[in-house]
Amino acid sequence: MNALKRKDLFRLALVAAAALIPAVPAVAGNTFFMHVLILILLYACMSQAWNIIGGYGGQVSFGHSVFFGIGAYGAGMAVVTYGMSPWPGVIAGMVAAAVVAVLISYPCFKVLSGHYFAIATFAIVEIFNRMFLVWYWVGGALGLDYPVIEEGLKNMMWYDTKTGYYYCALGLFVLVFGIVRFLEGHRFGYYLRAVRAGQETAESLGVNSTIVKLAAMALSAALAALCGSFFVQYNLRVDPAMVMSLDMSIKFVLVTILGGAGTLAGPLLGAAVLIPLQEYTRALWGGLGGGVDLIVFGLLIIIIVIKQPAGITGIARDIAKLAGRRPAEAKGGASRGTA
Amino acid sequence: MALLEVRDVTKKFGELVANDRVSFAVDAGAIVGLIGPNGAGKTTLFNCISGLMKPSGGRIFFDGVDITDLPPYRIARMGAVRTFQVVRPLKDMTVLDNVLVGAFLHAAGGAQARETAETCIRMCNLADFAEKISGDLPIGIKKRLELARALAAQPKLLMLDEVMAGLTSTEVKGALELIRRIRENGVTLLIVEHIMEAIMPIADKVVVLDGGVKIAEGPPAQIIHDERVISAYLGAKFSRRLQAGREGGTHG
Repeated sequence: MNALKRKDLFRLALVAAAALIPAVPAVAGNTFFMHVLILILLYACMSQAWNIIGGYGGQVSFGHSVFFGIGAYGAGMAVVTYGMSPWPGVIAGMVAAAVVAVLISYPCFKVLSGHYFAIATFAIVEIFNRMFLVWYWVGGALGLDYPVIEEGLKNMMWYDTKTGYYYCALGLFVLVFGIVRFLEGHRFGYYLRAVRAGQETAESLGVNSTIVKLAAMALSAALAALCGSFFVQYNLRVDPAMVMSLDMSIKFVLVTILGGAGTLAGPLLGAAVLIPLQEYTRALWGGLGGGVDLIVFGLLIIIIVIKQPAGITGIARDIAKLAGRRPAEAKGGASRGTA
Repeated sequence: MALLEVRDVTKKFGELVANDRVSFAVDAGAIVGLIGPNGAGKTTLFNCISGLMKPSGGRIFFDGVDITDLPPYRIARMGAVRTFQVVRPLKDMTVLDNVLVGAFLHAAGGAQARETAETCIRMCNLADFAEKISGDLPIGIKKRLELARALAAQPKLLMLDEVMAGLTSTEVKGALELIRRIRENGVTLLIVEHIMEAIMPIADKVVVLDGGVKIAEGPPAQIIHDERVISAYLGAKFSRRLQAGREGGTHG
């Protein structure tokens, strides 16, 4: 009875917090804190996109900065090169990213196995980085600089305040997390986790593991591209080094693993811890020559991997267990939502 | 018509012939036992039928279709579903989630899959473990999970690879009872067993393998009096094998 009440209170608190989220700009205004909040939402979405194939599917990709970059360039080129609204570019970028993802991963899933996928995705980051550096059509090494055009949702662009971006990031968050939450309880989510846990077993139960992994990869890449589109609209410029880099790729991986790979909440928790760290260390120690944030990242990951490989989600579960809740309750979360 | 027909199936691993022109048929609705001493090639034959391995020669037909070159998931979708001798729970998933993976194969949606999964879990006496993480469970329960998961995929032919090995005698009795009930639901069964006593009371027909070769086929009552079967189980096979010049590890 008591535990039930506590759970209800917790739910109520969550709903109340969720209701307050849209009101944040009224309080936070146009501050650095606002910027950090937007980045937390963005990185949570990026990591959630990665989580589909890397966490639920168990296929570690180091290539997600490429898909992110393709999305950024899609929106960027629509605005800068073609003088359109970014939205058609967003769609084109998502499709292109999904196609590239499938082309790269098909041979890995079909013919090769094991670590080749990680290696192949690692390699494409350098390839795409170099290609975009010398490719005149996409702006080359100079990248794309946005012109001053009308602000608003049509151009996904705001100059005076960050409020518009904040709501946009919230929308992105609801969309990406909503998609993954939906899939978790459906056939595709079960098949994806089954393929991770035992490919031969899954196949013996009628699961075409190649198709499942390819679909997960395509969706993951498309959502990463969507995040990339938001990124370029937020920065109002893009060049190859900003998006298509191993640094960026590794952030997709680290945020998810720190938060808890293969869990819905993991990417949000990871981003909520790492992004403030990154932004505030950068603001404080940026003058020391960059990289301090990455040192902190590295330390955190080492501690997590040693202490609790399941990430922050795992730590939360441990705490819940200590607090006397039944362990089955804490673990069974993913299985509840079959619909 | 036979539901499953194995025709001259040969499987070689380099020099080693694990299955040597094995042929037999499984009629719809029957319980067929596939027995033989350790290393007789039973699991290899299972792997060939379920698509996990490609035979070196011969053909396999299921429901009138040549399935020899089909991938495992296609064979499972057609209705031939297997369990594994070395249990393979999807470790970080709960028992219910494991069974749901099987149930989604022929379910229209999540609600229907859940219903099928829960029925199979009840049938296999796993209700108390439904929310437990499958990797943490003892072997007897993992064996039942193998069975429940395969059942949830609603097979026409259920292929059981030593589901009774390592169980206590009470558990074996329970398993035999369950197998009878599965057959009553219209499922055909092909059962690999190492222990002859377990399979004899329930099988309509028994196929005996030894050293990769089919040495006998027939109803259990006839098989237990078969000279070659007796000698195979008594270990005379080693002398026979030496004579055939084929020593060098048919143990698999």
